[in-house]
Amino acid sequence: MKAILTVHNLASDLVTTIWTPVFVAIFLAIIAYAFWPRNKAVFDKAAHLPLREE
Amino acid sequence: MSQPSISKSMTIGESGLAVVFAVTAFLCVIASAKALDAPFAFHAALSAAASVAAVFVIINRYFERPVALPPAEINGRPNYNMGPIKFSAFMAMFWGIAGFLVGLIIASQLAWPALNFDLPWTSFGRLRPLHTSAVIFAFGGNVLIATSFYVVQKSCRARLAGDLAPWFVVVGYNFFILIAGTGYLLGVTQSKEYAEPEWYADLWLTIVWVVYLLVFLATIFKRKEPHIFVANWFYLAFIVTIAVLHLGNNPALPVSVFGSKSYIAWGGIQDAMFQWWYGHNAVGFFLTAGFLAIMYYFIPKRAERPIYSYRLSIIHFWALIFLYIWAGPHHLHYTALPDWTQTLGMTFSIMLWMPSWGGMINGLMTLSGAWDKLRTDPVLRMLVVSVAFYGMSTFEGPMMSIKVVNSLSHYTDWTIGHVHSGALGWVGFVSFGALYCLVPWAWNRKRLYSLKLVNWHFWIATLGIVLYISAMWVSGILQGLMWRAYTSLGFLEYSFIETVEAMHPFYIIRAAGGGLFLIGALIMAYNLWMTVRVGEQEVQMPVALQPAE
Repeated sequence: MKAILTVHNLASDLVTTIWTPVFVAIFLAIIAYAFWPRNKAVFDKAAHLPLREE
Repeated sequence: MSQPSISKSMTIGESGLAVVFAVTAFLCVIASAKALDAPFAFHAALSAAASVAAVFVIINRYFERPVALPPAEINGRPNYNMGPIKFSAFMAMFWGIAGFLVGLIIASQLAWPALNFDLPWTSFGRLRPLHTSAVIFAFGGNVLIATSFYVVQKSCRARLAGDLAPWFVVVGYNFFILIAGTGYLLGVTQSKEYAEPEWYADLWLTIVWVVYLLVFLATIFKRKEPHIFVANWFYLAFIVTIAVLHLGNNPALPVSVFGSKSYIAWGGIQDAMFQWWYGHNAVGFFLTAGFLAIMYYFIPKRAERPIYSYRLSIIHFWALIFLYIWAGPHHLHYTALPDWTQTLGMTFSIMLWMPSWGGMINGLMTLSGAWDKLRTDPVLRMLVVSVAFYGMSTFEGPMMSIKVVNSLSHYTDWTIGHVHSGALGWVGFVSFGALYCLVPWAWNRKRLYSLKLVNWHFWIATLGIVLYISAMWVSGILQGLMWRAYTSLGFLEYSFIETVEAMHPFYIIRAAGGGLFLIGALIMAYNLWMTVRVGEQEVQMPVALQPAE
């Protein structure tokens, strides 16, 4: 039980310490994805998606 | 009639669901007989009746339908399923009028308290959750279900997944509304704002919501369009987050399985924190993310212009997701909630300015090259004004979350004014705009019955909103200032009843504003009804392509 609690404490310490940089990193990655030049064509096409009807 | 070459048999879904409802009917009869309180007996009996009706409808539908289920495609084009969308759109209009009417009644009760008739069922405390749930969950929820089922099919170019499942979602959701609403009138509530329904209604909603998620996901899964359109991301965030919020805020233990009363697992400030984590994200993911999905599909389509910046829409989406979930504590400023948590909530609320305004700019700028349409198309005008209200109320909200501002605004009518600028202006108008588009599309009509009536609706409702929110701003700030006014000797300057008296004229103006909003909705209902009844059929669509409902 004690071992489990120690692991739990370590894990929760780790999570509470690193979640901010991890979330920031994920968010920055999303921004990079949104602005990646190669994705532009896909996004430009997607912007017209509601207008393509069938 | 030609003889069917293959023998007709029930699908697993049909027979399975019929058996489940038959068993449910039996259990509900027992629950009704053994019930500890009258409202629970009533709800159990209602559920038994609904279950029997469901069995009958499923079997009847089986006998009426052709041997084969409707195909996913006809002549290589998707065979869209419009039946559940029509049902939800109709219910949205019905609940909208009911909800606005109850709002008008309770606004009038505040101005003239005798209107509660001294009856428990019509007291403010019971009618108020009826109003909020009717407009948010019944009206807004049906608009979201109807539009999400439409948008996901069109933007994925795939027929809605499931045969009975979409019907289970739309009918089951409205049955939840019925149980919740009648429960409020009978005094059944767990007293959590926007989460008033008791444990058995919550369990039913959980089942319906999971099926909703599965139908939506399965439709995306079988899409013909490789890219998942941004509106579907917003709808998905709405569905998933509401599921998490609903489960997080409602872990209640019933006193008895044969009674309506339950107790929540935790008490005190933990419960308050969970409640407002739920409450604010209901605003963030139900009233914002879901309706932003409407914005991203319906505005481009109506304006016939592409989304201004698809990149911005991606950042808009993820910024909202990352920030909104932390904003709840601003509902608990100056309470027993730890100070750092309050400040955290305030900080994240202020940061929300960025994605909110980014999204607003994206919606408005989609009009570039088509601004002239605002003059001629009142539906588009409604959609665009809704986005302007979105910008306005998402400016005001973060401002009110600042602790010094909140010390004046909290518990006053300013909050009510803020909520209604978002609810009437943003959610209401974007829903009206979407329904004005959706009804002709779903019923295969060339155009609306009358654009002139839409114009009347727009101006009457806009006037109503302006009266409502400006009355509540003045009233709220007046109220806040009166509460904190001290005499030179350090006594409170006004008794509470004096502040109530000062509210009276503003309560009358507010009720007038609500009345105008209701009149607008009645005009809309007539217009939509006539669109369906006498509207000209769209011609280019072959009969075979029409949905098989």
